[in-house]
Amino acid sequence: MDIVINISSGLCLFIGSFLCLCGGVGMLRFPDFYTRMHAAGVTDTLGSAMILIGLMIISTGFLVFIKLVMILLLGILIGPTTSHVLAKAALHNGLEPLLGHEEDPDTDNKETTS
Amino acid sequence: MIIAATLAIFVAMILAIIRGIAGPTLYDRILAVNMFGTKTVLLISLLGFVMGRPEFLDIAIVYALINFISVIGVLRYSDTNEFKHTPANKDSIEKEP
Amino acid sequence: MKDLFAVVMLLGIYGLLSASFFVAMDAVDVAFTEAAVGAGISTLLMLVVISMTGRREITTRHKPMSALLVVAITGFLLIYGTLDMPYFGSADAPIHGHVAPRYINDSMQEIGVPNIVTSVLASYRAFDTFGEVVVIFTAGIGVLALLSVVRRPEDPEEIAAINDSMHEQHLVIRIVAKILIPFILLFALYVQFHGDFGPGGGFQAGVIFAAAIILYTMLFGLSTARTVINQSFIRLIAAIGVLLYGSVGLATLLSGGNFFDYNVLVNDPIAGQHLGIMLIELGVGCTVAAVMIIIFFSFAARAEMQLNNKKQRQDKDKDKDNKNKEPSSC
Repeated sequence: MDIVINISSGLCLFIGSFLCLCGGVGMLRFPDFYTRMHAAGVTDTLGSAMILIGLMIISTGFLVFIKLVMILLLGILIGPTTSHVLAKAALHNGLEPLLGHEEDPDTDNKETTS
Repeated sequence: MIIAATLAIFVAMILAIIRGIAGPTLYDRILAVNMFGTKTVLLISLLGFVMGRPEFLDIAIVYALINFISVIGVLRYSDTNEFKHTPANKDSIEKEP
Repeated sequence: MKDLFAVVMLLGIYGLLSASFFVAMDAVDVAFTEAAVGAGISTLLMLVVISMTGRREITTRHKPMSALLVVAITGFLLIYGTLDMPYFGSADAPIHGHVAPRYINDSMQEIGVPNIVTSVLASYRAFDTFGEVVVIFTAGIGVLALLSVVRRPEDPEEIAAINDSMHEQHLVIRIVAKILIPFILLFALYVQFHGDFGPGGGFQAGVIFAAAIILYTMLFGLSTARTVINQSFIRLIAAIGVLLYGSVGLATLLSGGNFFDYNVLVNDPIAGQHLGIMLIELGVGCTVAAVMIIIFFSFAARAEMQLNNKKQRQDKDKDKDNKNKEPSSC
């Protein structure tokens, strides 16, 4: 029983920290603000949920368990809300997203005319 | 395992700080500070378990709330003209005709 | 760095780093207070100020080289002066010799409160804490004297109209805030009364309470918040906190003991200590919450007034332009 608890907690902690590291790397590598917000928001919420579940499994007392549940609920409620508010404020103040380049239908015409 | 998770969260915090210093726009920096705050909540909870003092969870709850209120405050009070993006910034993103 | 906004962000991160240092040094109460005040309320107040003054720092003509030199020399002298002191945490430092063992050994029998920080702050050194509360109250009075704006009372219909027009724009965040604010208030109450057993106490609870009210004010507008929390009521609460604290001291004097000697409040000395600590923490919490709310309301009222003046000036300019264009069009 002990070993099952330790292994499942270790697995949850591993998944959570891996997600958080991915979020951190994504913050550095993504090209635009709105894409970085995907990295920060998604991995933050899910990573912290996994880490908190991993801690809940090995928690020592009832009060500690309840407090971890409260932090989890707070994190799930606050994380997506912050992303929404930040993106809305950025769009409202004029920051344009980086749009992809479509396949230009003009290139064939240019080659034939030049 | 908890110590490894603590180190991973610490590395993620450092990466967020790098983005916070180097972010070209203002909103990158706000995003970096918000991510730093969320990672701090996790770091405090993990440290509480590592050092065997579960009282740190109160600090974690308080800091999660304070982080949220600070980001809302920043966005609410940056609605003035000086924070708007001028058309000069937009030229670099326009498509080549 | 000329961008004041980035400076404020860095201040917030600095406050957070100090809180982490305190956590690493195992000082939980101090970390709690630093996280709430330093990383939260200070950043918010600075942001309100920056929204009023502008984002760029005016470039100074002279280089601050002489000031930097003076600071460097003073810092070096200070560090040189501390080299003589005993090492950090060594067992024969004076603070570890006389007072600390008395607190650590006798606090449980004399006061009966598990959290030694609370017992030192509220019972052994209650007079110092009284000074702190009076300082906070004075700061609130100072802000009121300098920054208070006399507002004409707004119609309820005007307030409701402003509220409805902004509702669509901020819909998601308003609903989430409505879910969160009762929870934050309840958590402030928990921290207030749990200060005997875990980290917490009056100061932290007051700051968290004020943070909830500040969140409400930021999202729903200052006029709505003023109808929720009356201006004179909050000033009364600030004064009542300090008065409560002082009355406990006076009650101990009148019952025959020293100033702030809680043993004489009730027949049983331990129960007297518990009652005394609870009452003064309540006083501290009331005053801190009320003063933070007063300071934020004053700043926000000033910011709004400045914004209204700017808008009125822009409208006047537009009217002038329209009047100038009319003769040419006809």
